[in-house]
This record gives sequence, structure tokens and C-alpha cells, in this order.
Amino acid sequence: MSDINAAKVLDLKGLPCPMPVVKMSQEIGSVNVGDVIEVHTTDPGSLSDFPAWAETSGNEVLDTEQGGEFIKIFVKRNS
Amino acid sequence: MNAEPAHKLEETAPAPKPAGVALENKLSMVVFSGDLDKLLAAMIIATGAAAMGMKVVMFFTFWGTAALRDAKKKVDGKDFMSKMFGWMLPKGRNALKLSQMHMGGMGTAMLKSLMKKKNAPTLDQLFDIAAQLGVEIKVCEMSMDLMGFKHEEIIDYPNIDYVGVATFLANSGKSSNQLFI
Repeated sequence: MSDINAAKVLDLKGLPCPMPVVKMSQEIGSVNVGDVIEVHTTDPGSLSDFPAWAETSGNEVLDTEQGGEFIKIFVKRNS
Repeated sequence: MNAEPAHKLEETAPAPKPAGVALENKLSMVVFSGDLDKLLAAMIIATGAAAMGMKVVMFFTFWGTAALRDAKKKVDGKDFMSKMFGWMLPKGRNALKLSQMHMGGMGTAMLKSLMKKKNAPTLDQLFDIAAQLGVEIKVCEMSMDLMGFKHEEIIDYPNIDYVGVATFLANSGKSSNQLFI
């Protein structure tokens, strides 16, 4: 289990491509720079899409958790 | 003029331009096809790119322009050929067919029902998202004229323009990513 403290939980379960990164890009501005958003997704493509999105948009994926009913991705706002 | 010494020529020659143009983090896309599957792919890539912070410009040309018609809008005053084209071509994005497996409408209906079941975004939703994310749509004026489409029958979209090939080239020349769909 991750001990990262998230400022916000973003529930994207059931949404297929391209909605997870679209929603993520719309929500990243709602937290302060340095804060973390905990994303819940059921889209396996998100595992590679979130790091790709973070790299391009200047943010960071801190951790990913798989194995539960859904995937957890911890995204830190850096820009 | 011939008497001009060589070193003088060197002095007056313009400074060499840096090789190539600085590329922007930008996607320029040509949407040539008017097929449901290809427009879906184009819209998913466009909205995804915009979500990644890229500037996105979509150039709709040829069959693609039919996808931008608004099914609710009616225009008068078309000549016979324009009326025929208008009647034969799909009236808007929700009238598009699959490029393969259309099977008299059965394949297209099956795909649409599958998309609904899997909660995949529809073309209507993708156009909404594109508008929210600032994706620009540019429509080829020449194709519009050729097909007999009028500006008044095109969808309402916040960032839409009617342009020529030079606008596409000026944009694509500065873009890090270019696609033709």
C-alpha cells in the first residue's frame, strides 16, 4: 500500500481512452503545485498513458498500484 | 557590377538563416476521410494531444467536410449539382458509416451499440471535449465549394475557420506532430 498523501481522489473508473488523460488534464489545475491527485481507473492503457501524459505536461507519476479491482495512480502536480 | 570585389559580396550577403524552423509542441492533422471509424480515431488523438498540453489544429478537407455538417441546419439557394452532393453525402458526424464492415448499416449499428456498452465517448462528446480543450478546426474552403456546402450548414464550434492549403502548411511546418487521416 502506498503511504502517499493525496490532496484529491479522482474517480475515473469505467472510462475508456481518451477520457482518463482528458479528465486528468482538466483536474490537475484544481490542486496546488506540489500536491498529489490519486486517480482510480479501470483502463489498463492508463498504465502507460499517465506517465506519457506526465512527461509531456511537466508533471510526475509517483506511484502506481495494481491488483485491486481498479488501478491507482498517484500524480504529482509539478507545473 | 562585375568589378565588385569578392569580399564586398560576402559583406552584403544576408546572414544565413538557422537550419529548419523551431518546432512547436503542436499537432497538425488533416482529416480527409469522412468515415466514422477514421473520424473517431482523429478525434481521440486530437483530444488526447490537447490533454497533453499540445496545441491542436485539425484541417477538414474533402470527404471530411461532410462530417462537419449540422443535421439540423437547412440552406436554400443551391444549384442542382450542389443539391445532389448534399443529398448523397452524409449529413453530419452522426450519419457517417464505417470504412469497413458497414454491411448495409448493420456493422455501423453494432459498433455504436458496443461503444455505448463500453462507455466509449461518442463523436458528439469528443467534439464537445475538443471545444473545451481549445482544439482548432480549420475547414478547406475549396472542398466546401466543390461539394456545394455553405458555411451556414456547418456545426457551431467555438474555434472554426475557413482556410486554404497555405494555412495548413504554415501550421504543419511548425508542428512537432503531423497526421493525415
